[in-house]
Amino acid sequence: FRSKQWYQRRVAITAGGTGYDFSAGQFSPDGRVFQVEYAQKAVENSGSVIAVRGSDGVVFGVEKIITSQLYEQGNNRRVQSVDDHIGGAVAGMLSDARAIVARAREEATDYRDVYQVPIPLKMLCERLGHYVHLYTVYGGLRPFGVSILLGSWDELNGAKLMEIDPSGSARGYYGCAVGKGKQNAKTEIEKLDMTKLTCRELIKEVAKIIYSVHDEVKDKHFELELSWIGKDTGGKHQIVPKDLYDEAVKYAEEALNDSDDEDNVM
Amino acid sequence: AVVSTQSGHYGRGKDEGTTVSPKKHTMQPIVTGTSVLGIRTKEGVVIAADTLGSYGSLARFRDIQRLMKVNDSTIIGGFGDYADFQFLMKLLRQQTIDDEVVGDGVYRDAPAIHNWLRCVLYNRRTKFNPLWNTIVVAGKNYGGEPYLGYVDKIGVAFEEKTVATGFGSYIALPMMRKAMDENPDMGVEEAKAVLKRCLRVLFYRDCRSLNRFQIGVVSAGETSISEPMSADTDWSIGANPSGYE
Repeated sequence: FRSKQWYQRRVAITAGGTGYDFSAGQFSPDGRVFQVEYAQKAVENSGSVIAVRGSDGVVFGVEKIITSQLYEQGNNRRVQSVDDHIGGAVAGMLSDARAIVARAREEATDYRDVYQVPIPLKMLCERLGHYVHLYTVYGGLRPFGVSILLGSWDELNGAKLMEIDPSGSARGYYGCAVGKGKQNAKTEIEKLDMTKLTCRELIKEVAKIIYSVHDEVKDKHFELELSWIGKDTGGKHQIVPKDLYDEAVKYAEEALNDSDDEDNVM
Repeated sequence: AVVSTQSGHYGRGKDEGTTVSPKKHTMQPIVTGTSVLGIRTKEGVVIAADTLGSYGSLARFRDIQRLMKVNDSTIIGGFGDYADFQFLMKLLRQQTIDDEVVGDGVYRDAPAIHNWLRCVLYNRRTKFNPLWNTIVVAGKNYGGEPYLGYVDKIGVAFEEKTVATGFGSYIALPMMRKAMDENPDMGVEEAKAVLKRCLRVLFYRDCRSLNRFQIGVVSAGETSISEPMSADTDWSIGANPSGYE
């Protein structure tokens, strides 16, 4: 009889894998956990999501790629609220994302029950990071194919933004981008002087960045989701109101036309 | 937490081991709130309660909130055990958050909250472990129409134009009913004035009351609870009492 490893490796050689990527419970010889890396691929292939921490709040923008004109507008929201004082935007597999958001809501409810105060963002990210990490150490479970960006604002502590990726690591950011247009978006975000801009200004900038990293050729239709949390919302996470949303889209489209004109001139 | 009503036997053999008697449940309120008053007008609903938490006959906590804004459609007022009221407020607060995070604008209106409270309170009384409260639910329904409800620790629930709990049901309710009968089309401001008059009389007559109260309003335009205020009182009649010597 041949060993399980022998068979696995034969499959791997034919399938093109490396033989150490069958479960999250395995390391590869060069110290990688492939399952987690594959989960991160799921995030990289999803529509772009960016979040920016301004002087008085956090703004989230999502490039929600629409695969069918039959979809009702506004469905399958990728910006979600966790409790009323924390906003989240997700990239990756939407069903996995729902599971993570549901868990985040449970953690927030539990914290509120025990401590009688809303959960601070850092505490939530610790708990959620721990939860996501849990799925990266057992052979019987697969990791979440989701990156979630979470942000909050309150009078005392100001704006906070954190990202949790499929490996379970939680990091704090001033500006963060995940998904397809991640590289381009990061370049654009770095150009912004975020700490000096207010949420109202940032809404327009975030819309502009999403429109500019969107690939018109590959993904024809997309819906821009914008949400914010900050001084202007009284610390509550909300979808950006229609008038501000329309203003932001107009700003983004104009900026796109301007840059197109520049290209033509060149 | 759910408390078991079953008795249990600890110990190994059937001859040894102690018998645990059935768990006793709270049968007396500790820190209490007194009357809550409510009037429903065509313009909106007005609700009032003082800011006192009594510890028996001691006026112990003189700045507590007995009115709670549940959401934009409802304000509730709590009479009776304050710890039980805090428990209900915590559950309602979480319900409102759970409604909000879905983000589709759907919320629970006043009749829905009234009914939920009725279910909870009646169930607890059936288990002989009541939440020792009477709750006044002031708000509006999905159609925007004013709604005023009452639900108490034995699960009695009804909807009325005027409601009051405790001492208020003896002293204030007749005054409120008379005012409504004489002026059925009264507005929110007039209702507030009626409640202030009732609260003054309650301060004169209810030994467990305080001259510091809040008034809540739910109308088309606003859902809010006022800052604490006081009524002007005239105790000159007390200078020369007779018959108490």
